[in-house]
Amino acid sequence: MTASALLPVFALMTSLTAAIIIFTLPEQKHRLRTVVNLTAALLKLLLVGLMIWGVFQGREYGVSFTMVPGVDFVLRADALAMLFAGLSAALWLLTTVYAVGYLEGSPNRSRFFGFFSLCVASTMGIALAGNLFTFFLFYEMLTLSTYPLVVHRGTQQALRAGRTYIIYTLTGGAVLLLGISLLHSFAGDLPFRPGGHFAGIGPDLQAPLSIVFVILIAGLGVKAAIVPLHGWLPTAMVAPAPVSALLHAVAVVKAGAFGIVRVVFEIYGLETANALGLLSGLAAIAAFTIVYGSVRALSQSDLKRRLAFSTVSQVSYIILGLCLLGPVGVAGGLVHLVHQGVMKITLFFCAGNYAETLGIHRIDELDGAGRRMPATSVAFTLAAFGMIGTPPLAGFITKWTMGTGALATGMDWVIAVLVVSSLLNAAYFLPVLNRIWFREQKDPWTEERQWGRFETSAWLLWPPLVTAAFLVLAGVLASASFSPLGWVELIVAREVGP
Amino acid sequence: MTLLLMAGLLFTPLAWAVLTLLAGFRRGRGITWLGIVIQVLVSLALWAVVAGEGGFQYPLGGWQAPLGIELRVDGLAVTFVLLTALVAAASGLHAGFYLDPDKQWHRYFWPLFWFLWAGLNVVWLGNDLFNLYVGLELISLSAVGLVALGGQAEALRAAIRYLMAALLGSLAYLLGVALFYGQFGSLSLSGIAFALSHGSAQGAAGFALILMLFGLALKTALYPMHWWLPPAHGIARSPVSALLSALVVKGSFYIAARLWLELEAPLGSLALAQLLGILGSIAVFWGGWQALRQPKLKQVVAYSSVAQIGYLFLLFPLTWNTTEAVALQAQQAMTLQVISHALAKAAMFLSAGNLILSVGSNRVNALAGVSHFLPFSLFSFGLAGVSLMGLPPTGGFAAKWLFLQASLATGQWWWLVVLVGGGLLSAAYVFRVYRASFVEDSNIDHFFHPARRLEIIPMVLALLSLGLGLIAEPVLSVMALVFANGEGT
Repeated sequence: MTASALLPVFALMTSLTAAIIIFTLPEQKHRLRTVVNLTAALLKLLLVGLMIWGVFQGREYGVSFTMVPGVDFVLRADALAMLFAGLSAALWLLTTVYAVGYLEGSPNRSRFFGFFSLCVASTMGIALAGNLFTFFLFYEMLTLSTYPLVVHRGTQQALRAGRTYIIYTLTGGAVLLLGISLLHSFAGDLPFRPGGHFAGIGPDLQAPLSIVFVILIAGLGVKAAIVPLHGWLPTAMVAPAPVSALLHAVAVVKAGAFGIVRVVFEIYGLETANALGLLSGLAAIAAFTIVYGSVRALSQSDLKRRLAFSTVSQVSYIILGLCLLGPVGVAGGLVHLVHQGVMKITLFFCAGNYAETLGIHRIDELDGAGRRMPATSVAFTLAAFGMIGTPPLAGFITKWTMGTGALATGMDWVIAVLVVSSLLNAAYFLPVLNRIWFREQKDPWTEERQWGRFETSAWLLWPPLVTAAFLVLAGVLASASFSPLGWVELIVAREVGP
Repeated sequence: MTLLLMAGLLFTPLAWAVLTLLAGFRRGRGITWLGIVIQVLVSLALWAVVAGEGGFQYPLGGWQAPLGIELRVDGLAVTFVLLTALVAAASGLHAGFYLDPDKQWHRYFWPLFWFLWAGLNVVWLGNDLFNLYVGLELISLSAVGLVALGGQAEALRAAIRYLMAALLGSLAYLLGVALFYGQFGSLSLSGIAFALSHGSAQGAAGFALILMLFGLALKTALYPMHWWLPPAHGIARSPVSALLSALVVKGSFYIAARLWLELEAPLGSLALAQLLGILGSIAVFWGGWQALRQPKLKQVVAYSSVAQIGYLFLLFPLTWNTTEAVALQAQQAMTLQVISHALAKAAMFLSAGNLILSVGSNRVNALAGVSHFLPFSLFSFGLAGVSLMGLPPTGGFAAKWLFLQASLATGQWWWLVVLVGGGLLSAAYVFRVYRASFVEDSNIDHFFHPARRLEIIPMVLALLSLGLGLIAEPVLSVMALVFANGEGT
């Protein structure tokens, strides 16, 4: 075994080690903790970068050993894993920077950053898991490590949200475990494999496979916030802003969506799942979720709550994309895994900046915020336009690719869903932008504070600016081979075939 | 070499029991720690011998059965010997720092501790029914004594209740032994199994098995015979609770499992197997539900033991009349559950003890704000909780997974409900404790900080239980080792 085969293990260990070091550091060692955090994040980015380069050249990294008789623990870096790992590593670095600024001067930072690192280690494990069993291991670890982050403030509201969150996610995990054991009982330990394992199965296995599929999707759908399993997500937005950013962009909802991608592509296989008639049902649910989330977002007056319902809607783009069957449509769905992450993290960073700098939580308090915080507001505006799907931003690339994919496979109704959704996106984002830029400030800011020489602390300002730049570049340079879309096309070529 | 090891294993505890009886608390502590080092080393060495060369039958003093006492040193037995050494060492060390040396009666902790350890080793290694009885009695009596060390009237009441249950259980077991002896003229488990497989009489033997299983289930606190456990485990001092929940109930369960696995084919029945499974399932839900409702922290942990013990009884329906592969899966699941629960529960009781020491109250709601002051102990408690919930990568998860697979393979899908639902219920009571500790608006601003060494011991146990799932395969491969000469099972 060479050192390069162990790269996935090292990538996982960076955040695990960071977590252990941070837990043992005394609470008041703030500077040292920041150094550990940033070093680990940079190191991980480097390791993931190395793996991406290797995978691009056709190499695969992996380790495995037998855990329980009959089941292996498998870590493996393939192209799909790298999509999620790359997103997670890049956004972890930015979120860490943001969180350091955000939590300045608040208690319990040791606990926060410890669990924060554990949470990122879990997403890395979810990305690199090589079979459903390993995936489940990290999926549950993610649940446990995010709970302390959600209830971090310790208020009654936070504790209630934590309870909702844990009930939903642990029940979802239990359902997922049920599905995995059922699958294991008649098919054995299945490694993730392009094309899946069930091509050309006999008619006697069709019924059990379909039932197991429904159970698996129901288990994963809780984290992916598919309607009607989405109830925890809007409640969980009481968490501190960096946590919301992480939950909505990388960690929790994406873990669910990524799991669905793995199950559809690499356990069942796209064609088998379609032949069993499973994908049309999934497409219908995803389409409904897209519209439902947007409609609910319209009526929210709390900024973070509106963003949360927007997440419910946006994550289902990924799932709808899978159901479009053709390589183009699938690429549209997969690329949204990254695009939605970048856009949504920008929005949450900005919402956090408004809340921390001016004390703004409700949308009707935003009047005139653009003049007071122009840089933050520009980032927010770009991300909002991205969500609506304005060319040439990232969201446009998603919608365009999905649309052409849908037309190619004759699923014209998807166009209608995309159009309706975009109109609704516009309907709930444009009024916000209108208030930010074109209304005069009515009342003085509730809790304004001067923070450094910019409009807010530099730690809080740079992350959204960088992610905003990403979402512009991801759109403008979409045809480049190193853009998210370029990488997704590489995945699709390997997974689905041209 | 093996002679020395066996002698060390069985006689050090007895010798140390006598030695510490003569000493006071502080000197007893020193003596005990020396003994712990010896015992752990001997247990490790014996484990290594069996892992390397396979198990063996060991006639004590050179006398062969049926005259002498023959010990059975196989992979499973040495694994449990090692587990006992680990948990007892942790509890013994913890007790040395935790118990108040100035309380007169605390000096009796040490001799009772050593008698308990001796009894446990006898049970793991014993191969005839009477020997097992002696071990069982040694365990029960010292456990009752340990509960009574709590000192208050409530502790004495709990101890008396415990004593009643233990005596009743022993009586039932002994009756069964007598019936077997009357019928087969042998006390050796393998001798009885041999006689039965050659078609001897059945009626009374079947009754004897039921009697013995009843007695042992009572001592293991299977629902609805669990009434004595929560008061006893809840009121005892924390290191004692750890010993009781982690090891003592497992001793009687181990005998029940051995009896069943050797004798189920001729004497068991579908009804009996399912009944035990169903009682276990009720225990899982009832114990979990009660744990959720307890106002006191240690009662939560004690009721959680009632629930966790319930899982063990799934062994019976999953080994009755099933294929060898499934039966093996169920046995592996059972052993993993025994080990992981022992480690996790000991960790949980010890860390709960620290938490109670810190906030000065044993109520769950009093934990508000403790996550600032005692994060380390809270974290140990949490890690142990993860194992109880049966989430990966813990040993509890590995056990649950194997139980799930065995249930699916035999088509007994109803156990799925228990395994999945029970896990969620344990999550509910563990999270209730976390939730209480995360509350910020507490009025208490001074906490007592227990010594760091008190905090490290439960953490080590919790980490072991957490890691067990990752190394389940190698651990199980040692457990599967039978005798080198190929006899027995």
